[in-house]
Formats: sequence, C-alpha cells, structure tokens
Amino acid sequence: MSAEVVSHAVGARSSLKTRRLPKWTPAGVAGAAVVIALLAVYLPGAGGPVLTGIAAALIFLIGLTVLSAAVENGRAARNRLATSLVYAAFVLALAPLLSVAYTLLVKGSDRMSLYFLQVSMNNVSAFDNEGGAYHAIIGTLEQAGIATLITVPLGVLGAIYIVEYGRGRLSMLIRFFVDVMTGIPSIVAGLFILAFWVLIVSPYFNNGRPQYSGFAAALALSVLMLPTVVRSTEEMLRLVPGALREGAYALGIPKWRTILRIVLPTAAPGIVTGVMLAVARACGETAPVILVAFGNPAINFNPFSGGQESLSLFVYDQAGAASKYAPGRAWAAALTLVVLVLALTVAAKLLARRNKLGR
Amino acid sequence: MAKRIEAVNVSAYYGSFRAIDNITMAIEPKSVTALIGPSGCGKSTFLRSINRMHEVLPGAKVGGQLLIDGQNIYDRDIDVTAVRRMIGMVFQRPNPFPTMSIYENVVAGLRLNGVRKKSLLDAACEKALRGANLWNEVKDRLNRPGAGLSGGQQQRLCIARTIAVEPQVVLMDEPCSALDPISTLAIEDLIAELKNEYTIVIVTHNMQQAARVSDRTGFFSIDKTGEPGRLIEYDDTAKIFTNPSVKRTEDYITGRFG
Ligand SMILES: Nc1ncnc2c1ncn2[C@@H]1O[C@H](COP(=O)(O)OP(=O)(O)OP(=O)(O)O)[C@@H](O)[C@H]1O
Ligand SMILES: [Mg+2]
Repeated sequence: MSAEVVSHAVGARSSLKTRRLPKWTPAGVAGAAVVIALLAVYLPGAGGPVLTGIAAALIFLIGLTVLSAAVENGRAARNRLATSLVYAAFVLALAPLLSVAYTLLVKGSDRMSLYFLQVSMNNVSAFDNEGGAYHAIIGTLEQAGIATLITVPLGVLGAIYIVEYGRGRLSMLIRFFVDVMTGIPSIVAGLFILAFWVLIVSPYFNNGRPQYSGFAAALALSVLMLPTVVRSTEEMLRLVPGALREGAYALGIPKWRTILRIVLPTAAPGIVTGVMLAVARACGETAPVILVAFGNPAINFNPFSGGQESLSLFVYDQAGAASKYAPGRAWAAALTLVVLVLALTVAAKLLARRNKLGR
Repeated sequence: MAKRIEAVNVSAYYGSFRAIDNITMAIEPKSVTALIGPSGCGKSTFLRSINRMHEVLPGAKVGGQLLIDGQNIYDRDIDVTAVRRMIGMVFQRPNPFPTMSIYENVVAGLRLNGVRKKSLLDAACEKALRGANLWNEVKDRLNRPGAGLSGGQQQRLCIARTIAVEPQVVLMDEPCSALDPISTLAIEDLIAELKNEYTIVIVTHNMQQAARVSDRTGFFSIDKTGEPGRLIEYDDTAKIFTNPSVKRTEDYITGRFG
C-alpha cells in the first residue's frame, strides 16, 4: 500500500497545513461587531449600553464562527465558537463583581475619611452629618475574631478526626451533620443563640437578666462558620498524599506528630483559604447580630456585656435611617467592610505563605 | 548493630483477600537480600509487613511471626514506632516532605522524635547526607526545599532521611524504578556501602540489579490472579541466577514467564 493511498483513506489531504485566519481576526471581528451594534441600537434609539453589549457579543459570536467556517474549516469554526463562549462566560461572571466594586468605590468614597473611621454614632442626630463607623469596626473585629478563635480549633480538629481517625458510623454521622449545618440560615443560628445563650445562659452571669452581647453574636457566627471550616479543612487534608504520611510513619514518627508537623503544614495554605472564606461570610452576616448583639450607637469594647454594633449591622441601620446623611454613611461602612475583609484575607495568605519555603 | 530478620509463616491480608501466604525466610545481618517476582505477587506487601507498615492501610492484617533478633514484632506489647525507627523504609517514589528544607527533611525523624540539640542535628544531617552520597551536591543549599531536587537526588535524600535515625534494617521498595541509570548506579554503590552497617532488603524488577547488589535472592510468585503470593525459592544470589533448583525460578529469570 503506497503512502498516497493511506493519506487518501485518512482524510484526503496529504499536507499537514491548513488555511488559517490571520491572528488579528478575532479583534477585528470584535471591533466590527461593536460598531454595527452601536449603529443598530442607537440610530433607531432602541436602547442603551446593555443592549449594545448583548448585540455586539451575539454579532461577534456569529460573525467569527461563520467567517471561520467559510475560510478555515468546520472544526476550527467550532473551536472558535467554544473559545468565544468560554470568554463570554468569564466576562459575564466578572461583570457584576466589577460593577459592585466600582459602585462601592464611587459611592463609598464620598463619606470615607479618617474621621469616619475614628468616631462612633453616639449622640449623632438625624440632622448631623457627623458620626462614623469606629464602634462598628470594633464590633466586627471582636465578634469575627472571637468566632474565629472558637471555630478554627474546633473545625480543624473535627476535620482531622474525620480524615485521619474516623472509621465507620460516627465519622459518617458527623459528616452528615456538618453538611446539614452548612444549610442553616443565619437567622436560625441567631435564634438558636438568642434562645439558648441570651435567654437561658447569660442571665446566670447578669443578676438574672438576659444580656445582649458581642460574644453572643460571635457564638452565632461560629455556628455559621464551623461547617465551612470543617469541610474545607477536610478537603485539604484529603489532598495530602498518603505517601507523605507513610514516609513519616516509616521514620518512627507517631501518628499525632505526623498529623501536626507533616500533614497540617502541607495543607495549611488551603486551610487558611477556607478559614478566610468563613470569616468573610461571618463579617457580612447581619441577621444574627441584630438578634443577639442588638446594636449600639456608642463604642463598646467589652464583647461580654451590653449591645454591640457591627459593620454589616451599621450598613443595615444607616440604609434604613430617616436622615439624608445616613445613605452616605451606609456606603462608606460597606466600603470599609469590604476593604477590611480583603485586608484580612491578604494578611492571612501572606502569613500562610511565610511558613512555606521560598522557591 | 544490624539485626537478623526471621519470618515464620507470615501471611498478610487486605480485608479478606490474602495477598501473601506462609512466607518463611531468614535474613542475615549485614547482608543484602533481593526480592524478585512478577507484578502483584506480594513483594511490597511482604516488605511492608517487616516494619509494620502494612497495617497502616484500613482493613490490612498480618498473621504469623516476624522475629527481629528473636523478638516477635507482632507481639501485643511492642511499640510500633520503635519498630519503625529500628527498621527504616525507602519507597518506590521519592517522598520528601514538601514543607521542609533539605536539612529539615534529613533530620525530620530525629527532630520529630524529640531530639532538639542543634549540634547533634547538624552532625547527624552531615553524616546521613554523606552516607547517602548527597552531601557534596547539597551542602551549599541545605535550606532550599527538598522537593526542589532532581528525582535521583530526592531519592537519595529519602535514603539519608532513613539512615539519619540510625535504623538497623533498611527496607527498599524498588528504590531505583523512577531513576536514570546514573542515579541508579549511585544508589547501587550506596547499597554496597550501607551493607557494612545495615541489614538491607530490596525489592526490584531489575534482574541485573538483583544480581549486582544482593547476597541472597528470594523469588516470589503467584499461581494465578486472586491467589496469594508465595516464596518459591530463596537462596544465594549466585545460585539463583546460575543454577536455580526450581523450574519456575529459572523460567522467570530467563524470561520464559508463565
Ligand atoms: N491497598 C491494597 N488493597 C487491596 N489489595 C491490595 C492493595 N495493595 C496491594 N494489593 C493486592 O495485593 C497483592 C500483592 O500486591 P503487592 O503490591 O505486594 O505486589 P508486588 O509484588 O509489590 O507488585 P509490583 O511488583 O507490581 O509492585 C496484589 O494482588 C494486589 O492487587
Ligand atoms: Mg510493589
């Protein structure tokens, strides 16, 4: 059988070369699509930028695919279509995020100032443009901090039990309940702490009267954070190769030390990411804080006694307050919250990276 | 220092599956013993039951007796971690600890068993790295990550890590199967040196390697899949490779396997 016969049987082309569109084609088609969409939307006055964007995207998809099918071949056209769809999905997913960040920056920066970060809302009336979020920042830091102190040891130890020790029924049961806990609405967690801690336990420490407190909020946030921490730690521990554990056992290192010194450090960056996800979620929770910390316009450093504000609660208060100055404060507080969570996340990642060896 | 190993009717199970059946063999101190045989015949399983690594897997059990200088390591009152410190193991794939530097990898066994003194650790590190023929290559970068070495260097690092705790027996499960010929040669030279101090058991698929490095060779085989592996013949390496007394050994060694 000659080579010619084989190549005919395979695909009729003996050459590996194929016609390709020039490199700038996608960019060119995109430009053309935008122009056409602008003309088609704005000339008849049919709509605004959103419609233009959608039209341009559709024209781009169809145009590039058709062009590619005509010049190149069917497989290349399908490839270009799929690639474009992936990029489109990426842009679509990113758009709301960017929009939120942009709005937050623009509206939040109006009222944002060092002053805003340094004063509370104590004695600020509806007619004053004073006041700030200091008391709320304190509250968020203390509540989220205490919740993290409670959750991280519990969650990491729980995950270690499930992955390294748990065999059979009990660990299955724990995993099941962790899954169930993941689905608990935050208001339910708040009600649970209200009924259990604020109304039943806290009177013992307060001459028989129920006590709202930042600590109660921290407890409610812990209930919400725990499943996230357990599940993410569990996944990270499972990713640590068994060969590392065996290598350590083969050196005569006891199991608990292997877990503490080999397995946990290897999984640490992932665990930190999981914990920070949980912290971010906790910082944004409002409902349980309203229920059990009640809120407080003044500075309260003591998380164990008396009402306490938090940033998300402050945003909620100000967004609904009957004062023309309140919305500005709400935006500024929202911006503060996002920046705070971002800063915490970056700090945690740097800390986790510092332990790892530089490469 | 080196210890004599005696397996008496050792069987090992994965759940209800019996992977090896009634292995009885004696391994002399300060010798190199090679275990050869077709894939799946239970060489790794047997090796792992010598330092109680087999039972790490869920559902895995060992039956019979394994005597180290006359002491059965499967007795109830035996401290497993002490057994593993005495009987080190090198695995098929190099597995340095990824969060640790070269130095920390080598002294991990000492440090995590409670040795704190810096001077002791430093000395042990250098001795082990020299023993593993790696010192000259890494002495200037002991603080670099262990996972940043080449495959052959990583394997020698794992050997250094193993001999740093001064075991009396070193078990090696296909230590060269992921290495190039030059690294392989380095490790074979190393085995020849280690023999002066340690009892060595090595699993290998490479007949030439078994013939080169070992004093005695054990041939394992299975009748068919699902059956447990058995020790078919165990004798001096020279005898096994020139004049085996069992037909199956000869078939396997000469490549007429079946
Ligand atoms: N983790 C495990 N669970 C269940 N069965 C296993 C496990 N590991 C090995 N086995 C079985 O035990 C038998 C012996 O396996 P072993 O790994 O000891 O073979 P081997 O001789 O080392 O083979 P190879 O030369 O391929 O490494 C095989 O039938 C294998 O399928
Ligand atoms: Mg094996």
